[in-house]
Amino acid sequence: MSARPPGEARIGLRHGAGGPAMRGLVESLFAAGQREDAPDRIGLGALDDGALLRVGARWLVFTTDSHVVKPVFFPGGDIGRLAVSGTVNDLAMMGATEPLGLSCSVILEEGFEREALERIQASIDATCREAGTFVVTGDTKVMGRGELDGVVLNTAGIGFAERPVRDDGLRPGDRILVTGTLGDHGLAVMARRHDLGLGEELRSDVAPLNGLVRAALAAGGEAVVAMKDPTRGGVASALHEMAAKGGVGVLLQEAELPVRPAVRAAAELLGLDPLQVANEGKALLGVRPEAAKRVLEALQAHPLGRDARCIGVCTPERPGAVILDTGFGRRLVAEAEGELLPRIC
Amino acid sequence: MSASGLAPPADGEALRFRDPVRARALLRVLERATRPREADPVCLMHVCGSHEQAIARFGLRAALPKGLRVIAGPGCPVCVTDAPEVDEAVTLAERGLRVLTYGDMLRVPGSARSLADARAEGARVEVVYSVAQAVDAARACDEELVFFATGFETTAVATAAVLLGDPPPNFSVLSAHKYIPPVMEIVAEMPGTRIEGFLAAGHAATITGSAVFEPFVARHGVPVVVAGFEPLDVLAGLARLVELVRRGEPRVENAFPRCVTREGNRRAQERLWSVFEPAGGCWRGITRVPNGNLRLRPAFVRFDARRRFEAWLRDPARPAPSPLAQQCVCGDVMAGLASPSDCALFGRSCTPATPVGACMVSSEGTCRIWHQYGGHPDLGVSA
Amino acid sequence: MCLGVPGRVVAVEGLLATVDFWGVRRTVRLDVVDAPVLPGDYVLNHVGFAIRRIPEPEIEETLALYETLLRSMEAEDPMADDVRAELAAAREGEGGDER
Repeated sequence: MSARPPGEARIGLRHGAGGPAMRGLVESLFAAGQREDAPDRIGLGALDDGALLRVGARWLVFTTDSHVVKPVFFPGGDIGRLAVSGTVNDLAMMGATEPLGLSCSVILEEGFEREALERIQASIDATCREAGTFVVTGDTKVMGRGELDGVVLNTAGIGFAERPVRDDGLRPGDRILVTGTLGDHGLAVMARRHDLGLGEELRSDVAPLNGLVRAALAAGGEAVVAMKDPTRGGVASALHEMAAKGGVGVLLQEAELPVRPAVRAAAELLGLDPLQVANEGKALLGVRPEAAKRVLEALQAHPLGRDARCIGVCTPERPGAVILDTGFGRRLVAEAEGELLPRIC
Repeated sequence: MSASGLAPPADGEALRFRDPVRARALLRVLERATRPREADPVCLMHVCGSHEQAIARFGLRAALPKGLRVIAGPGCPVCVTDAPEVDEAVTLAERGLRVLTYGDMLRVPGSARSLADARAEGARVEVVYSVAQAVDAARACDEELVFFATGFETTAVATAAVLLGDPPPNFSVLSAHKYIPPVMEIVAEMPGTRIEGFLAAGHAATITGSAVFEPFVARHGVPVVVAGFEPLDVLAGLARLVELVRRGEPRVENAFPRCVTREGNRRAQERLWSVFEPAGGCWRGITRVPNGNLRLRPAFVRFDARRRFEAWLRDPARPAPSPLAQQCVCGDVMAGLASPSDCALFGRSCTPATPVGACMVSSEGTCRIWHQYGGHPDLGVSA
Repeated sequence: MCLGVPGRVVAVEGLLATVDFWGVRRTVRLDVVDAPVLPGDYVLNHVGFAIRRIPEPEIEETLALYETLLRSMEAEDPMADDVRAELAAAREGEGGDER
């Protein structure tokens, strides 16, 4: 096992935030014994959205996600929709756009309202239909009152990828595309959780993207060289990973970042950067320059991709760095270190 | 009638105070004005974390000319909250009291621990966006609720307003509020500083008025320009300040007239000074700042957490600073005597994930901002 | 000092105002604002309190201030012309916005 970093005798909230602390924990603890990938298995050590397992001549993608969102019901969605979309999207990010089936395990706190559970289940069913898949197995547990906060959902999914897409394929010159507006989910949940009274304008974007990704892959084929969905940690974290794994720098144009006015306003008020805020219905694609335009058009032609944009380009300089051109000057884009909190004076 | 200057950034339309064309024009003006000083840059200081944020966030640092050095002074209220003050809040939290505070304070290390550390071990520490939220929370329960009040005079006004608004008896305030003008005196008098002009914070001056800097300018012969926080505000403020320095004109100028007047907001001032009085205190890393702290006046002693919980605070557990903490040069960074890259710990043992000094914790801390945005990155200007 | 964000007042009830910040609405307290506030006014908000009613003419005045500043500082500068040209181009571009 790797040496424990200083100051890490206890797990903190930052270890679940999707940023460097979490990656460090996975690398140093969970994946520590699995550095080498076998020819027929790309697993934990790769730290990608899912695992790739060779089955005969094909690649099976296998992924899992746990969901602890609070509040359970939020504008634009709920934990059920999140649980299905999260796993469907992780599969899609690896190139598996037709899930074979999902598992769904639920852990409930004693006293959880049955009516709420029914609403969550209805949402799971509806989201599965949208994604063209089913929950085929699951598990149910109940913990005593106070031993768990409400409900925790875990979903896992499998699907075949015709051509696996990793997140380390970026090369200088490749374009970075995003499939829609940034920061919707994180700000909607944060505003509701902290009771910030920011109005009902903020809605989560949670949605299954396998259909959208299928369209992009159909248009771009092998020119789509990297994909990642910017969940916790936002676009900043996802691009940092993609840039580091690909050994490239990324230069973003602030003027091209699609952000809804309400999200921009709420982020401004709270002193947050939409680039660091979670998305649950968006994907980042790295595309070879010659195919960027047609992939972008394919995205924009799809209902979930209307706001897709080309937001940046990969550079050979400063590998691993993500730089933002603000229109006035340039600065680095940082990853959020831990739980995003409203900034104060 | 459109909201001039305040319209939301709709597709293709920039906020008037974020117009890149005017911004680039102002940058060129700055470049020309400071070109004769490239070998010995004009040295200006701002005393507001939000100014540093604005400069960093809009990529202005990469675009400022070589002949201009803009130093981030002790303008981050979280960073200057002294370790013993944080220790007091941590002590109360560890005693089982509900402690509410602004988000940034959560991770600031005291002598050994932060409120976040206390929370990880079970203490009830919560984040609020406004002191009014804390009062509402107190009204909604019977137990004691302590608000750990940090921030400069602009934020202290809000605390004063709620204390004047008859809060419930279970509410109390642990005041670590600070007052900026006295620290400018300290910085101006520090041996080794060559600050030729100060950029003053527009929002604090909205409350205090620009006149509050007149005695300072008279005493030290150094110009002060009050500036706002949009990119154009900052650049225009710097341009004006450079001009005053070039001409050797020590004056106070208001480059933020839409929010700042000479007299300021009298109503806010009355409320502020009826609740708080200036007191000497320590700012983290800068030792004593006479009149730099704001403490509750005797008339409000019944809401003063230091009195209410005096027994617990009399002898707070205060472990010795760690060896790392002893190497921290946040004080010098905040006084403008050192930049983060001069610190041996910066980016190595001291990072946003494992902060040693307060400057690395707050989103307005100089070290944190440099670590995040790249300090003086050689990233070039926008095409 | 920070988080001083301007917004437009939508409604006022006693010491509480509903303020619109670029489409997002918040409740803001009026205990310490320096002038009476009416719907339609702009206020500067800080941690949930309005600290200034921003008179609209002041905004134009600030922008004019920046223009004057640019002009006065370039009076004898040979590169002033290209800067002025850029500013003129910018003004033309937003000609439709001017009242």
